Amino acid sequence: MFTRVRELDRPLLGVTAALALFGFATLYSAGQTDVPTVATTIWQKQLVWLGVGLLAAVLAFRLSPRLLEWATPYAYTLVMLLLARWLAERRSAPITLRELAYLPFPFPLPFLGPPAGFPLLSPLVIAGVPFLLVMAQPDLGSAIVLIAIMFAMLFWAGTKPSLLLLLSSPAIGLVLAFSTIIWGGWIVLLFGLLLWWRPYVWEGLTVMSANFIAGAVAVPLWQRLAPYQQNRLLAFLNPEVDPRATGWHVIQSRVAVGSGGLLGKGYTLGSQKRLAFLPAQHTDFIFSVVGEELGFVGVMVALALFVALLLVLLRIARRATDQYSSLVVFGLMAMLFTHIVENVGMTVNLLPITGIPLPFFSYGGSFLLTCSVAIGLALRVAWESRLSGYTER
Amino acid sequence: MTSFHPHLLDRRLRVTNVVVWGAFAAIAIAFFRTQILEHGKFKLQSETNRLRPIILPAPRGIITDRNGRVLADNVPGYTVSLLPGTEPTLDAQVASLRNRLERIAPIIGMDSAGVERVLVRFRRAPYQPALVLADAPFAVVSQLEERRLLVPGLVIQTEPKRYYPDSGVAAHLLGSMGEVTEQELAQRTGLRPGAQVGRDGVERAYDASLRGADGVRFVEVSALGHVVREAAVSTTLRPEAGAAVHTTIDLDLQRYIAKIFPAGQRGAVMAMNPNTGEVLALYSAPGFDPNRFVGGVDPAYWRGLNESPAHPLLDRAIQARYPPGSTWKLAIAAMALKRGIVTLHTRMNIPCRGGLQFGNRFFRCWMSDGHGSLTLQEAIAQSCDVYFYQLGMKLGLTSLLEDANGWGFRSRTGIDLPGESPPEFPSGTEYFDRLYGSRGWTSAVALNLAIGQGENAQTLASMLRLYQMLASDGRERPPYVVRPGATPRTGLDLAPEQLAGLRQAMINVVERGTARGARLSSLTIAGKTGTAQNPHGPNHGWFIGFAPADKPEIVVGAIVEFAREGPYVAPLVARVIARYLGADTVEASEYRIVLPADTAPHEVQILPALPDTTRDTLPRDTVPRDTVRDTSRVHTRPRAR
Repeated sequence: MFTRVRELDRPLLGVTAALALFGFATLYSAGQTDVPTVATTIWQKQLVWLGVGLLAAVLAFRLSPRLLEWATPYAYTLVMLLLARWLAERRSAPITLRELAYLPFPFPLPFLGPPAGFPLLSPLVIAGVPFLLVMAQPDLGSAIVLIAIMFAMLFWAGTKPSLLLLLSSPAIGLVLAFSTIIWGGWIVLLFGLLLWWRPYVWEGLTVMSANFIAGAVAVPLWQRLAPYQQNRLLAFLNPEVDPRATGWHVIQSRVAVGSGGLLGKGYTLGSQKRLAFLPAQHTDFIFSVVGEELGFVGVMVALALFVALLLVLLRIARRATDQYSSLVVFGLMAMLFTHIVENVGMTVNLLPITGIPLPFFSYGGSFLLTCSVAIGLALRVAWESRLSGYTER
Repeated sequence: MTSFHPHLLDRRLRVTNVVVWGAFAAIAIAFFRTQILEHGKFKLQSETNRLRPIILPAPRGIITDRNGRVLADNVPGYTVSLLPGTEPTLDAQVASLRNRLERIAPIIGMDSAGVERVLVRFRRAPYQPALVLADAPFAVVSQLEERRLLVPGLVIQTEPKRYYPDSGVAAHLLGSMGEVTEQELAQRTGLRPGAQVGRDGVERAYDASLRGADGVRFVEVSALGHVVREAAVSTTLRPEAGAAVHTTIDLDLQRYIAKIFPAGQRGAVMAMNPNTGEVLALYSAPGFDPNRFVGGVDPAYWRGLNESPAHPLLDRAIQARYPPGSTWKLAIAAMALKRGIVTLHTRMNIPCRGGLQFGNRFFRCWMSDGHGSLTLQEAIAQSCDVYFYQLGMKLGLTSLLEDANGWGFRSRTGIDLPGESPPEFPSGTEYFDRLYGSRGWTSAVALNLAIGQGENAQTLASMLRLYQMLASDGRERPPYVVRPGATPRTGLDLAPEQLAGLRQAMINVVERGTARGARLSSLTIAGKTGTAQNPHGPNHGWFIGFAPADKPEIVVGAIVEFAREGPYVAPLVARVIARYLGADTVEASEYRIVLPADTAPHEVQILPALPDTTRDTLPRDTVPRDTVRDTSRVHTRPRAR
């Protein structure tokens, strides 16, 4: 075991350790407030979770990808059944279960066999079932992450970009349906693209009818959204709409980040955080603490670490010895990427608010476990390619 | 599998790289814009977000007497306020405020009307903390401190509050404190809503200099509105204390008057320096306790003051009008002397036999036995009505009205206190035409006016003015408490020997005339009694006097309602004068004056109805009972036209 440590992927280990330290330090600071909040003592719990996460990473490392590949259908079925069971009881599944659905080992399965006449059908089904189940929880944020992972893996598996666009066209049509004229333009454009790319006839028909359906259900669907979900989207467009209720998070987060300036107010000294103006400062908006206390410089350091992590994972996916491992690592990379971009982007109102955590920063054991397992798996894949004497081809 | 060929993988890797770098570049740019370019804006927002201004009221200037003794002071008190929340609309702020108020209402003993008052006050100045209690007792403060966590935005601070060491002794003179009204906010500059301002008296008249400049401090609040800590000291603006106001009042004298003023009686005493116009004492009874007005008056106390038939809030020295009675005779005498109609030794044609027949009416003298033939000096000393009926006719109504108007018996004295009532007096003969019709009245009105009855209602201050002129060189010195007003406008235009003669007559009043009961062996006092007819009950008693008679240093006037006779009031004034001049060393002078009563030891019965001394119309019904035999003929409406 100890001989293996030297054989591990050092950049991944180093970046992960740096992020875990940075994240833990920020979480500690998030608890340092002048007003009693729940976050005061959570750094102790997070310390325990970090230990558990380390253990999980070691276990994940010891799992052979072969075993994983074999066990995938059973694990997938089990998770889906559990989600469905919770749904049947009309209760929200624990967050752990929803995040387990992220782990993308089932998704490579469809791409491993020879391409059939329906290249997109099985991935759609395999990603679509957990998507619907998570969506119904309701947990829009997690569902969006699932979709992102699916698209990323389709792309990594070599699906044509035009096909991906057609696949995503119903979603685009859904968003554009709020303006009849724009939606009409989109349909015309889509028709032109279909004529140009010349897919199978049934594919073209499916895409077009899906777009029409999306346009038709857009408004009823909007009305079905929970009010807080509607408000989040509206507040993203205009945070001043109702500053105390919906826009409050965005405004306070921007004020905290903006008042940090170049060098920040100093570690643990952020006034917006201390006086509890910053909401959810230990979970969804923990990156605002970085922005307020460490300033632009601290933000850049954190972003650099995140980029490094993603690039290292990309390299591991590229050098993987087999396609299954490559797809899994790329899927994990896509999951982390989505989480990071969405979470950091919403602190400066670049993206609408969804309650998804920031890897290694946000408090919460389950997501930390998910990330640890992901890192453990990536280390295993990197280790295997090193053992196989990988060279750039 | 062809799609995993290294070349293809590399191509996708490049695309992925572009996506990752692109996404992070967008995020970096967004942070650069927020943290570097818009840093100033957000820094400001973060400051205003968490800082709340709290007004630090300036300590009011103290008010002292002429010897520097404190009449109005400041002591530490507690105020309780609630900080407004960060709700976006005023209505939402009011709602949250109401919610918090209802939580502390049981502790501070506030009813729903009180809650509404606080909210109304808050709506007027929504950017300020809403004042809940302006003067909280310590017990309430400690209870609130215990519950601080339950009530966000609770601010308890020590603020200087007004304290009147002598409470009611100089209440009317000093006035009281109260919260600024909407009207005042619109009229006066430099006031903030919710400020405490002077309500009356010196506090009101000199409010601008007493007030000082409020300071402001900033506290940091949490998102829930709890006050977390004081903000940096540099942002605190210290309040500037108001300037002290030094009055001309002699606190000793004021206290002495309050001490000896007849118990349970209504009336006023005013003392001034006849040579300067400085007011030495100004006392009105019954009084009130201005300390109970500090920080909001208790509604029950306020109702009691307002509904009391004794009208304690009325300053009877400058706001109440009474028929001047015989004190007026000096004015008639001075007019006649000035116009050369009589000398001090002129006798009238008809000697006093207890009354005077005029037309179909018989005008009585107060002494039914009659005074006989008198000179002017003797007539003043004995206050003979018959002499003055004839002097009034000699003077003529036109001259009487002209001189009285010229000497200011129709205008305010101009004392530097708010709310002075002007005396009432006819401006000319047109007044009677208007009142009774052009032929509905006879020169009999001159007879009434000549003895201080009829259409004449004077304040104590305006009568004191006449005696101030008599006591000095004949020129008017308007009374003042802090700063003199305009230079004297009028004078009596009497020769010095004429003035001396009148003074001698007034000395005789005390030495052997109507006020001889008030004679002091140690001091020669000059003065004049007056008995004002009162249709609602016993007559009002007047006495105005000055001393030392050769070179007067103090002139004191007193009116006591229902005193029945002016002579009963004379000892009060004599002892005040003696006290001031240091001529009174008798122990008995410390005792309270007791009015003689027919049915001793009972006090004079106070009738339920208040005499019409405050009404803004002439007291038409103050027809002298003992001088008019048949009132229906004189003051009834004119004959049918």
